[in-house]
Amino acid sequence: MISLVSFVGLFAEAFNRPPIDWHALAPEITLLVVGALVTLLDVVLLEKGRAITPAIAGLGLLAVLVPIVTLAVDGVASNPRMAFGGSEVYVVDGYSLVLKALFIIIAYLVVLMSTNYIAEGDYWESEYYGMLLSSVLGMLVMASARDLITVFVALELLSIPAYLLATWRKRDLKSNEAGLKYYLNGVFASALMLYGMSLLFGVSGSTILVEINAAIGEAAASTAIISLGIVLVIVGFAFKVSAVPFHLWAPDTYEGSPTPITAFLAVGAKAAGFVALMNLIFVGFWSRSDVYSPALWILAALTMTIGNLTALRQNNLIRLMAYSGVAQAGFMLAALTVAGESAEIAQTSASAVVTYLIIYAAMNLGAFAIILAVTRRTASAEVAAFDGLFQWAPALAVLMTVFLVSLAGIPPLGGWYAKFSVFTALLEANVWWAYVLAGLAAINTVIAFGYYGRLASRMWFEKAPDSLDTTSLRVPFALQAAIAITAVATIAFGVYPAAVTHFSDIDVPAAAAALVP
Amino acid sequence: MEAFIDDWGLTLVTFIPLVGALVMMAIPRVNESMHKAVALGTTLVAAVLGVLLLANFDYGAAGDLQFVVDKSWIDVINSRYIVGLDGMSLPLLLLTLGVVPLCIIYSFAHFPEPHNPKTFLTLILVLETGMLGSFIAQDLILFFVFFEVVLLPMFFLIGVWGGDDRRYASLKFFLYTLFGSALMLISFLALFFLADGTVAESAAATVNTFDMRALSTGATSVIGRSAQLWIFGGMFIGFGVKVPMFPFHTWLPDAHTQAPTVGSVILAAVLLKLGTYGFVRIAIPFLPEAAAAWAPIIGLLAVIGIIYGALGCLAQQDMKRLIAFSSVAHMGFVMLGISTLTDFGINAAVFGMVAHGLITGMLFFVAGSMKDRYHTLDMNRLGGLLLQGPKMGWILAFAAMASLGLPGLAGFWGEFPAILAAYNPAEILSAGLWRGYMVVAALGTVLAAGYLLWMVQKTAFGTPTEEFENDPHIHDVTAFEWIAWTPFLILIVVFGFYPNLIFDLTDPAVIKSLKVEGLNGTAADCLEMAKSAGEACFADLRSALGSGN
Repeated sequence: MISLVSFVGLFAEAFNRPPIDWHALAPEITLLVVGALVTLLDVVLLEKGRAITPAIAGLGLLAVLVPIVTLAVDGVASNPRMAFGGSEVYVVDGYSLVLKALFIIIAYLVVLMSTNYIAEGDYWESEYYGMLLSSVLGMLVMASARDLITVFVALELLSIPAYLLATWRKRDLKSNEAGLKYYLNGVFASALMLYGMSLLFGVSGSTILVEINAAIGEAAASTAIISLGIVLVIVGFAFKVSAVPFHLWAPDTYEGSPTPITAFLAVGAKAAGFVALMNLIFVGFWSRSDVYSPALWILAALTMTIGNLTALRQNNLIRLMAYSGVAQAGFMLAALTVAGESAEIAQTSASAVVTYLIIYAAMNLGAFAIILAVTRRTASAEVAAFDGLFQWAPALAVLMTVFLVSLAGIPPLGGWYAKFSVFTALLEANVWWAYVLAGLAAINTVIAFGYYGRLASRMWFEKAPDSLDTTSLRVPFALQAAIAITAVATIAFGVYPAAVTHFSDIDVPAAAAALVP
Repeated sequence: MEAFIDDWGLTLVTFIPLVGALVMMAIPRVNESMHKAVALGTTLVAAVLGVLLLANFDYGAAGDLQFVVDKSWIDVINSRYIVGLDGMSLPLLLLTLGVVPLCIIYSFAHFPEPHNPKTFLTLILVLETGMLGSFIAQDLILFFVFFEVVLLPMFFLIGVWGGDDRRYASLKFFLYTLFGSALMLISFLALFFLADGTVAESAAATVNTFDMRALSTGATSVIGRSAQLWIFGGMFIGFGVKVPMFPFHTWLPDAHTQAPTVGSVILAAVLLKLGTYGFVRIAIPFLPEAAAAWAPIIGLLAVIGIIYGALGCLAQQDMKRLIAFSSVAHMGFVMLGISTLTDFGINAAVFGMVAHGLITGMLFFVAGSMKDRYHTLDMNRLGGLLLQGPKMGWILAFAAMASLGLPGLAGFWGEFPAILAAYNPAEILSAGLWRGYMVVAALGTVLAAGYLLWMVQKTAFGTPTEEFENDPHIHDVTAFEWIAWTPFLILIVVFGFYPNLIFDLTDPAVIKSLKVEGLNGTAADCLEMAKSAGEACFADLRSALGSGN
C-alpha cells in the first residue's frame, strides 16, 4: 500500500504544472482562438458565413502579429523568454519571433491567394481555412521548439492538415494522388526521423536540444550511433524541404494540389522544414559538424544541381516551380554546411538562411500569385500558356519577370541578396570544400537562368495563341493585393537589402553559452 | 551650385534615367509622342548634368576621385553607397551620356518590330542607369549590382526587337555574362574576407571592406600569392566574358547580329567597355601581383583575339556580323594595351575604349540604316551605296577608315600606342614575349585594313545589284540620322587630331592605379622591377604587413 501511495505521489508530482509565460505564448494562443473561431462560425452561420470566412482568417492572422510585435518591443531579441518554467524546451527569442512573423505573413498571403480560388471552385471553405490555420500553428510552434518531442509535435501539427489540404480538390484524381504521395512520403520521413531521435535520446539521455549538444560533443560519446542518429534526422527533414534525392514527391504533389496550397507548401512548409533543421543544427547538433557538414554538403550539391537540371526540362509551370524550389532549397542547405566552422560563421550562416527564407517567400509567393491570376484565363499551367502574356496582360508579364529574375538572383531584385548572403557564408568559412560548393552554386545560378529566362522570354518574345481570349484580364482584388505586397517586397529587398537584414541579422538560436567554444 | 553638384551630381546623373523610366511606365502605351519626349528629355537632362560635372571637374587632380559620396547601404556586410569619378571613368561616363540620347533620336525614325516605343525606350533608360552606375561605383557590391542591371534590358532589347534568331542570341548573351559575373562575385567576396582594409592608404574603417578606394591602395597586399591568383582568375573570367576576350567571345557575334540597331550601338559603344573598365579599375589596381602573373595569358588571348577576329571578319557574308567580329579584334588591341601593365599601355586602352565606342557605334548605325533600306546585310547582294546614297556611302567609308586606324582619326590613338606599349611592357614582364605579341598585333592591323576595305568595296563601291537598282526605298541619310550621327563623326575627327583631350584626363588616374601601395602610404614600384626582384618586392610588402594567408 505504501508503495502505491508513493507511486501516486510521484505521479502527482510529475503533473505539477510548470509556471507558464503567457505573453511568450500569446501568438500561438491568438492563432488557436482564430482557428477555433473560423470553425465555430461555420457551425453557427452555415452557408451565410462562407463569404466572410476568408476575411476572418486573414484579419485573424494579422491579429497574431500584435503579440509578436509586443514581444519584440519587450526585447526578447536580447533577452529570450522560456515559455515553460525556464527550461530550454520552448524558447521565444529574436530568431523565433522573426520566423513566426514570416510564417504569419506567408499564411496571410496564402489566404489572399485562396479567397477567390476556393470560393469559385466551390470547395469546403471554412474547413479549408481552419486546416490552413492549424498548419500555421504548427509552424509557429516549430520556430520555438528546442526539444525533440516539441519539434516532432510541431512537425505533425503542420503536416497533417497539409496532407488534407493537398487533396482538397477531392473529385480530381491528380489532387488525390498529390495528397496520398505527400502523406506516404511524409510518414516515411517521420518514421526515419523518430528512429534517429530515439538513437540520440539513447546516447544523450535527454530530449532537450541544448543537452543533446553537450552530450554528443563529448569525446566518449559513440560516434557511430550519433552519426546514424543525426543523419537519419537530417534525412527526415530532407524530405520536408524536398532535398534531392528525397524530392520525388514534390512535383506530383505540387501539380495536383490546389495552387494556393502549392504555394503554401512550396514556401511555408519548406520554410518550416528549414527552421526545424536550423533549430537542430544550431542548438542540438552544433558540436558535431564532422557529421552534419558532409551530409549537408552532399545534399546541397545534389539538390542545387539536380533540381536545376531537371527544371530545365519541365513543360508544366507548376512542376517547373517545384524543381526551381528544390534548387533554391539547395542554396539554403549550402549555407548550413558551414554552420559548425566557428561561432561567427554560425552567425553568418543562420542569418543567410533566414534572409534567404524571407526573400524566397516574397518572390516565390509572388510568382505563384501571378500563375493563379493567369491560369484564371488560360485554365492551363503549361509553360506554353504564358506565350505572349506581355501582349494581353503587360502588367502581369512585367511583374512575373520581376519575380523570375529575382528567383534567378539577378540584381537589383531581392533574389540576388539571398544568393549573395549564401556566398558570403560559404566564403567566410575559408575552407576548400566551401569554396568548391560556392563554385558549384555559381554554376547553378547560370543553369537556373536557363529556365527562368526561357519562361520570361516566352512571355515577351512569343505571340499569344490565337484561340486565347486576349482582352484585358480582370484580377480579383485579393489576388492583386497579394501580387502588390510580394512585388514591393521583392524589389525593396533587392534595392535596399538592409530592409531584410534588419530582421534576419539575428543571434544564432543557440544557448549562447553552448556556442562559444 | 558647386556644392550641390559635388554632393548630388553623380547620384542624379545616374538615377535620372531610372526616374524617366518610372514616369514612362505610368503613361499609357498609345501616347507615343509623350514617351519619346520623356525618354529624350531625361537623357538630355542627364547629359546636361554630365556637362556640368565636366565643368566642375578638377583637372589638376584628375587622378583623384571627385564628387565622392559615401553613405551607408547594407551595413551587415559593410557595403556602402560610394560613388566617385576620376579621369579614368569620366570619359566613359560622358561617352555613355552622349551615346544614349543619340540612340534615342535615331530610334524615333527606326522603331524595329514589334514597335512598342514605350517598352523599348523604358528599357534603354534602365540600361543607361546600369551603365552609368557601373562607371561611378566605388564599392564592389554597388558595382556588381549596376553591372548586372545592364543585363536584363539588353536581354529584352535583343529578345523582343531582334532578328530571326533573337531568342537564341539573347539567352546566349545572358548566360555567358551571368556565368562570368557569378565567378566575379565570388572573387569579390574572397577579397572582402581576405583583404585588410585598415592597412590601405585610403584606409577603410574595418578589416573586411568592399570599398574600392581601400582595396586599390594596398588593402589586398596581405593576401597570399596563390589566393591572389585564384581571385584574379575569377575576375578575369567575369570581365573577360564581357570584353569579350577570345575564347569567351562567341556570344558577341550572335548578340550583335540579332540585336536591333540601337542595341548593337549601345552594346558596342558602352557595354563591352564595362569589361575592360573592370580590368583597369578593379582587377589590376587591386591585385597587381596576380595581374603580373596573368599578364602573359591576357596578352596571348588578346593577340589571338586580334588575329581570330580579323580572320573571322574575312569569312563573313553578313555586314553586321563582320562589324561584330571586328569588335573582337579591336577589343584585342585594348586588352593588349592593358596586358602591358604600363601607364602608356593602359592609357592607350582607355583611349581605345572610347574610340572603339564611337567608331564601331557609327558602323553599326550605318549597317542598321542600310538594313532598313535594303532589308538585307548580305554583302553579296549589296553594292553601289555610293551611287544610291552617296552621303551614307562616304560616312561608311569614313567610319571604316577610322576603324582601321588611319592616323588623324580616333581609331589610330587606340591602336597605335597599344602596339607601341607592347614593345616595352612593365619590367616585371618578359619584353621578348610582348615584342612577339607586338609583331602579331601589327599584322592584325594589316588584316583590319583588309577586311574593312573589303567591306566598303563590297557594299559601297560598284553598281547596285539588279535587285535594288530601282528600289524606291533606298534613299540617302535622313534628318534623324544626321542628328544622331554628326556628333559621332565630329568626335572621331576631334579626338583624332587632339588625343590629349582624353590622355590628359586618363593619365594621372592610370598612373595612380598602377602604383603599388605599401604600408603607411609608401609606394613601391614592384611592377617596374625585373621578374624575380618584382616578385620579391611583393613578398616583402606582404611580410611587412605581417600576414600571409
